[in-house]
Amino acid sequence: MSRSCKAALLGIVLFGWAAPALADGFANVGRPATPAEIKTWDIDVGPDFAGLPKGSGTVSRGMEIWEEKCASCHGTFGESNSVFNPLVGGTTAEDIKTGHVAALKRTDFPARTTFMKVATVSTLYDYIRRAMPWNAPKSLSDDDVYAVLAYLLNLAEIVPDDFTLTDATIRDVQQRMPNRDGMTTAHALWPGPDLPGMLAKPDTANAACMTGCKPKAELASQLPDHARGAHGNIAEQNRLIGPVRGQRTGPDTAAAELPSPALALAEQSGCLSCHAVDTRVVGPSYSEIAARYRGKNSADALVSKVKAGGEGAWGAVPMPPQDDLSIDDAKTLVAWILSGAPQK
Amino acid sequence: MAAIVRRTYHKRDKDTGSEPEGIQTDMSNLRPTGEATPRTDPLVPGADIPNADIPGADIRAGRLRRAPENFLTADDVRLVGKGRRDFLRASFLAAVAAGSAAAPGSLATAAAATGDGVGDPNILNPTPWGSSLGLPVAANPYGQPSKHERGLVRRQSPGLTQVPAASVSFAPLQGLFGIITPSGLHFERHHQGWQDIDPTRHRLMVNGARPDFVKTPKVYTMDDIMRLPPVSRMHFIECGANTGMEWGNVAVPTVQYTHGMLSCSEFTGVPLRTLLEDCGADLKAAKFVLAEGGDGSSMTRTIPIELVLSGEVMVAYGQNGEMLRPENGYPLRLVVPGVQGVSWVKWLRRIEVGDRPYATKDEAVHYIDLMPDGQHRQYSSIQECKSVITSPSGGQTLLDKGFFTISGLAWSGRGAVRRVDVSTDGGINWTQATLQTPVLSKCLTRFTLPWNWDGRPALLQSRATDETGFVQPAYGQLRAVRGTRSIYHNNAIQTWQVAESGDVNNVQIL
Ligand code: HEC
Ligand code: HEC
Repeated sequence: MSRSCKAALLGIVLFGWAAPALADGFANVGRPATPAEIKTWDIDVGPDFAGLPKGSGTVSRGMEIWEEKCASCHGTFGESNSVFNPLVGGTTAEDIKTGHVAALKRTDFPARTTFMKVATVSTLYDYIRRAMPWNAPKSLSDDDVYAVLAYLLNLAEIVPDDFTLTDATIRDVQQRMPNRDGMTTAHALWPGPDLPGMLAKPDTANAACMTGCKPKAELASQLPDHARGAHGNIAEQNRLIGPVRGQRTGPDTAAAELPSPALALAEQSGCLSCHAVDTRVVGPSYSEIAARYRGKNSADALVSKVKAGGEGAWGAVPMPPQDDLSIDDAKTLVAWILSGAPQK
Repeated sequence: MAAIVRRTYHKRDKDTGSEPEGIQTDMSNLRPTGEATPRTDPLVPGADIPNADIPGADIRAGRLRRAPENFLTADDVRLVGKGRRDFLRASFLAAVAAGSAAAPGSLATAAAATGDGVGDPNILNPTPWGSSLGLPVAANPYGQPSKHERGLVRRQSPGLTQVPAASVSFAPLQGLFGIITPSGLHFERHHQGWQDIDPTRHRLMVNGARPDFVKTPKVYTMDDIMRLPPVSRMHFIECGANTGMEWGNVAVPTVQYTHGMLSCSEFTGVPLRTLLEDCGADLKAAKFVLAEGGDGSSMTRTIPIELVLSGEVMVAYGQNGEMLRPENGYPLRLVVPGVQGVSWVKWLRRIEVGDRPYATKDEAVHYIDLMPDGQHRQYSSIQECKSVITSPSGGQTLLDKGFFTISGLAWSGRGAVRRVDVSTDGGINWTQATLQTPVLSKCLTRFTLPWNWDGRPALLQSRATDETGFVQPAYGQLRAVRGTRSIYHNNAIQTWQVAESGDVNNVQIL
């Protein structure tokens, strides 16, 4: 059975996928793309350089672009760690010969820069053209992309100072990429059959042992002290109910976000059963009230109204008298309402 | 074990800034049996200790039991409310010591305190919510979680990335139930910030790397795509770098940060195969498709055609019954079941049919797995079988001894989870857990196991097996083949250490 046949069968079995039943397909759904549309969006450049536009750029022109449009985030020499990992560094002339970046074998090597990892120069052309500068993606011309890439290649000591990168010379550059032979597809993590050297079997083979599986359980690693409080107060990242609580690993931040005491008072005094801040319930919304009396000296009148109740200001529904409310609390509430009834 | 417990307490003393007078740093074994570590309510300071001034009420709602608070003055209680757990514990111990010296007296006090509470004040006294009118309908036109749930939110891991627009926020797995991630808590990973795209201006283009791969390259509007026959399926999505911070050693405290680049939703959309056929794609010549985003990063990833032909890969607009959230790709994203999240291209604008992989930035510079020999595994995509206990989990404390349900999540990028085993002794002995239904292919599966905690130290682990027979590896096994610098695809068995205090901490066992 052919691959696609098998896959199709699988599809029917697993997902109930079936070809559309209608003979004339999906009439009036979608339309042909125009050549101009395809040209605008189809900008991918493959490892075989399919899709690479014609063009060229020098290292020196690239340096100008770099300093103007890239250095602020990546550093003058592509070494900056402040916005993203360093782009350049960690490769040697020997790596350019071997096609393997030797530092990648070292567990003590501090960083993994872009040039230490990337095997295909097409990747960089494609990516810079589609996504950089980060805050103004797709703003570079094709020639500018050649130039700025030439500059990066020069920083990585892959091409000389007087180099011109073009759609032709980029093929020679590929032969000098320091980690060009650093990739392998000898693993079982690709969900298709078409990569060279792929493994059929996963690389780990645990067994579901059930009893006496080992003599003892030894701890290999525990949370370092400095990491305990590094993620804020875990007590605040867990629920207040249930079988567990979060451990307190830092100061409470919630204190700063306490709801306004006046809001609590309004809730206690039962005002919120008839009033909401932004919507009309039984009575007018507090924002409506605030808007109506803004700039007018009406606080005292409102305090009396709240205490005594009344109708007619907003409609025929009366507000009941608030006998249990102290004058002070009424003043607090009115001041709070007139200030827009803030939640905090 | 004791050494670790002791260390924990030393640290806590440091965190609270001072060493409480007379407190011993290793108190775990002195802790009276049956008493939980008192907990305060960190989200509602001021109301920290529910019922604190009500005699006879235990810290745990609804219990009528002598509580440590009874041994404290009002000032002490306030101190505790500010986070001084140690203090509370010390006072409690002091009281116990005093009690054993003058038992009758202190017992009498306690009994009196319990005695004048005839019951739980939450039952005996009117509650604000039971004696007032509630809010009207549509007070929140788009409903919000209770304010008491505000601790359970997406969070960043400090220092993980340099800028927040190329970063990650983690889902709060420690507090989630079942298998569906609420859309607002779905983890985020953006490379160039997120956009809220105008859906009327969004387009999807399908074309070929060569003209003969697609007979009629087409453009679809959202109207077009939403007219096509939809499918809805539940799938997990996990970032390839999930648990990546823990490859070498324990680095982060809770399951939110160890495993929170994991979410699961019901997605609704159109099988990509339907669109390819509609355009007359040559499904024999096609071996790969390239998916491309419409945001600034125009993220691109290579997808094998097999997953497309099987009908699994979907162009999705729906998530949990509503449209996708902008952070998750509104209005259109690719769904690639079983494959790491980066392939689920958000804000999807283009599909290209091709015959070789594309070596895009996020499959040639990132999302490549460094092996000990210095080679990188490229196009590593499948999220292999994995599981984690979410409750109890790192950074939590068990309320007290007695009954608990160990609960967690299991998943496999190769199909359905067949079984999950749980160990409470660090992997020496295992018990098969119960799988909650539904158990679906390439979807999260919830497992549970009843557990009576006897108050002694425990090491909790879960180990999943998928339908291919693959068993989730231990850290030792994974590191033996992949070393510790891979960053991606860490599916090792997670261990949570339960100390006698009830505190649960992140540890690793090989
Ligand atoms: C505003 C800050 C900013 C500016 C300006 C900027 N970049 Fe970047 N660059 C970034 C960030 C952030 C990333 C990582 C994006 C991601 O996470 O996917 C990045 C990634 C890259 C990468 C890929 C590196 C890797 O290892 O993934 C290259 C190459 C690159 N930038 C080149 C350039 C060039 C060339 C320019 C100028 C034309 C430029 N950048 C301007 C912020 C910037
Ligand atoms: C049973 C329903 C109800 C309750 C409870 C209630 N109100 Fe009112 N309130 C109303 C109604 C109805 C009006 C509109 C009265 C009118 O049209 O004059 C109103 C009007 C008001 C006004 C505007 C008065 C004006 O003349 O413009 C204020 C201020 C106000 N309420 C404050 C409060 C406060 C503070 C509380 C709590 C102590 C409260 N209300 C409780 C129903 C209520």
